[in-house]
Amino acid sequence: MAGKVKWVTDIEKSVLINNFEKREWIQVTESEDWNFYWMSIQTIRNVFSVDTGYRLSDDQMVNHFPNHYELTRKDLMIKNIKRYRKELEKEGSPLAEKDENGKYIYLDFVPVTFMLPADYNLFVEEFRKNPSSTWIMKPCGKAQGKGIFLINKLSQIKKWSRDSRTSTFVAASSGKEAYVISLYIDNPLLIGGKKFDLLFVDPSLWCLTLRYKLGFCRFCTVKYTPSTSELDNMFVHLTNVAIQKHGDDYNHVHGGKWTVSNLRLYLESTRGKEVTSRLFDQIHWIVVQSLKAVAPVMNNDKHCFECYGYDIIIDDKLKPWLIEVNASPSLTSSTANDRILKYNLINDTLNIVTPNGDIPDCRWNRSPPREALGNYQVLYDEEQAQSENAERDLRSRSGQSLGSKGTKGSAGVRPATATWK
Amino acid sequence: MLTEQQQQQYIKPSRARTKTALTGRMDEGTELSLTIAHIVQRLKGSHLHSQIERQAKECLHQPEIKLESLREDVRSFLKTSGWERKLQNAVYRELHIQLPPSHPTAPPEHLKEPLAYMRKAQASWEKRVFKSLNSMSTELGVPLARMRPAVEQKELANKWNEMGTDEPDLSRFRPVYAPKDFLEVLISLRNPNHDGSEDVSARSHWGLIQVPLNVRDIPQLRQAYSELNLTTGQLGIDDHAHIHPDLFESEYVQIGKKVVVEQDSAAAQQYSRQGCSTGLRADLWALILNSTNQPQDVMHYEQLKAGVIQHDLLVDNLIYKDVKLTASNDDYYFVFEDFLYQVLLCFSRDTAVLEHFKYNSATPPKSYIQGKVGDEECAVVYPPNGVIPFHGFSMYVAPLCFLYNEPSKLYSVFREMYTRYFFRLHSISSSPSGIVSLCLQFERLLQTHLPQLFYHLRQIGAQPLRIAFKWMVRAFSGYLSTDQLLLLWDRILGYDSLEVVAVLAAAVFAFRAENLMEVTSLASAEAVLADLSTLKVMPLIQIFLFATAI
Repeated sequence: MAGKVKWVTDIEKSVLINNFEKREWIQVTESEDWNFYWMSIQTIRNVFSVDTGYRLSDDQMVNHFPNHYELTRKDLMIKNIKRYRKELEKEGSPLAEKDENGKYIYLDFVPVTFMLPADYNLFVEEFRKNPSSTWIMKPCGKAQGKGIFLINKLSQIKKWSRDSRTSTFVAASSGKEAYVISLYIDNPLLIGGKKFDLLFVDPSLWCLTLRYKLGFCRFCTVKYTPSTSELDNMFVHLTNVAIQKHGDDYNHVHGGKWTVSNLRLYLESTRGKEVTSRLFDQIHWIVVQSLKAVAPVMNNDKHCFECYGYDIIIDDKLKPWLIEVNASPSLTSSTANDRILKYNLINDTLNIVTPNGDIPDCRWNRSPPREALGNYQVLYDEEQAQSENAERDLRSRSGQSLGSKGTKGSAGVRPATATWK
Repeated sequence: MLTEQQQQQYIKPSRARTKTALTGRMDEGTELSLTIAHIVQRLKGSHLHSQIERQAKECLHQPEIKLESLREDVRSFLKTSGWERKLQNAVYRELHIQLPPSHPTAPPEHLKEPLAYMRKAQASWEKRVFKSLNSMSTELGVPLARMRPAVEQKELANKWNEMGTDEPDLSRFRPVYAPKDFLEVLISLRNPNHDGSEDVSARSHWGLIQVPLNVRDIPQLRQAYSELNLTTGQLGIDDHAHIHPDLFESEYVQIGKKVVVEQDSAAAQQYSRQGCSTGLRADLWALILNSTNQPQDVMHYEQLKAGVIQHDLLVDNLIYKDVKLTASNDDYYFVFEDFLYQVLLCFSRDTAVLEHFKYNSATPPKSYIQGKVGDEECAVVYPPNGVIPFHGFSMYVAPLCFLYNEPSKLYSVFREMYTRYFFRLHSISSSPSGIVSLCLQFERLLQTHLPQLFYHLRQIGAQPLRIAFKWMVRAFSGYLSTDQLLLLWDRILGYDSLEVVAVLAAAVFAFRAENLMEVTSLASAEAVLADLSTLKVMPLIQIFLFATAI
């Protein structure tokens, strides 16, 4: 298979382009014959839209799944996870076990969330159960912390719905201006008195889920306080770099970021090794379960891969919560370390999706060899899980064939690093 | 309970060392009883003393305490309830900070530092530093100390947990000195009784330090640091991801847990020589330093905090500036900026620190009430703890923030670390752990075992010490990645000596020797050694000590 990979991108970022050039790939335009297209989210919408009827050939790869939004849009993610949980419950799967308070023991990893305006009444019911709680409103389709605000009184929501044009509140069908409202985690784990979140990049190939070992923590520059007077101060509550960058105390040397290994060292030293391992296992679990939740609706196209960015908050009881998943973690670098991290991430990703730098051949089913993984570690290998299933027991719970559309039932649950339970 | 074999490995050697410490060079009689009397006196009236007394009185109510065998029963009770162990730990701590046995009529200054020329050099350095501080005060019109008005006090009390967000105008303040200024002083040290002119031969010293102190070479270091040899398991080497934990790590960690349960300072210290597991390190270090964080310690910390709120000191600005320049820009430590203020501002006001000047060659600077210079009655130590911070000082505290997240505990561990080890890194003394000895040891190790490299660097105007000095003054804090730094500090505590710092510095040069031989200027040598963040310290030290051909 001679010939260099021809690449296109509509994201002019050096961490990308340097990686392509280092492999001596050839830059082409969209209208020409291309093998590899690193596209922005807008473009993927067009490429796969019903109107254009785009068909990718066997030697073409793109960096998004056509319906990645099932996981990356806040409302759809919640919908899929809720549906997944209900299904497991119906099947009587032990995963869907609940405790005496009615909370899922193993699947309670997203904060209580409602879609607005559709679930408004359900939300009000829940709100009244805990009137002193704080809730966070997030627009479904926006990123980088845009349009987010906190409320702790029902009147604030009513005010908001009045203030924004009524049509947006009522327009449920288009889903474009819809919001989700989640219970705010007001007891986040603080380090040095500061709130932080974790960003992990987890790429997904058609069969593999991987975890990038070098995730990072983003710290708020301002001291965390749950006090109601600071609800409006976004510097206290939101960790997005896009927001923190504008704070007075933003530092361009370290960018308010810690590596996950720093976090691990700190937690092991102050809380102990066992609880820290348990925490990281739980985070892996969240990634795997969330992907399983969207597997039925995800078009598992072999031409696609995705670098999902998992945004996780840890509370002071060392429980991780999934806040959201991003389809295209920012490739902009805010510090030198950042640039190196992102460059390496793209490098490792390319090594996996195009092993040996060859032109992709989507007919091949092979998983990448261990050496090609770089800083990735295999979280979940569906292929492996499937072959184990097939050997063990052909009796599939829902009678569905063991295709690549995801597995149902407890047999499919085999995270590579399960150490609990 | 530790097994017999584990006891053999960890407890017995430390007991033996305790015995040796108590008896000096195994001399009998008076020295031993003097030492014991001294320790008894120090512990008498301490909080521990009253606690043990109270425990002893209360246990009299217990049925198993019989009148006929009162003494043995009470002693046995104190043993099983862990109080004897606490007393042992306290005694062990006293031994660490105790002055070596000396002539009964020796003046106290000889106890601080026996060599006169060192004392003189330290005194003149101190004068310089304090003069610099005073002139800063005059120039900027900022008093050395002032009482805060009530409004300011209230504000500070509210902002106590987030002083990092404060942006006082620090541009006018300069650090009082930087390590390189101190290095120049060390370079100019000379022993007036030593005529080195006859030594111009193969034995002449190529380095910058020109004082004839005794420092250990590799053969002696191999003996002293035998637990670091190639056949003994180490954390930092044998806990590597590719090595199966059952080969060393699992069992070693189990032993560590038992040591913590035993609450034995001496055993913890012995254990730490092979490294501390991340989950146990905080407890082990606190045990080694006997930093127990009792209610009175917490209260003491609160009092210091109250002092910070009441009075503003000029040195506070130096602390702010230092933190802003160093820790706030550090990838690992920026998160703990606020903790650093909370610790260092309190530290400046802690007069309990003055105690360590008995065995520190330094003397706390005195400030006189206006117009009464020289009148000892109008003198007050400034700052109250007698320690003037220099550029990089906050880096002594920063790594500890990874271990302790409770302010008074963090404070108490830091204070103990400072008064046992760190003070030696910025005062002129003949102590084997003092910075002068460390510099000399570094240079000697390099010259003896990497003579080509040393000669080359010297020729291109890149004296190795000029590069390594800043690492050693900070005990490598801020230069190594935190996990590696903590492994290094494990050994400082384990061996109760800063020698490993000099050994590591030499080992780093040995590691990068090939690249260094290629450079042709000081700047390029600095560049080769600019980034130590990827180094693994234990393999480097181990190879340098045990695999160097001699």
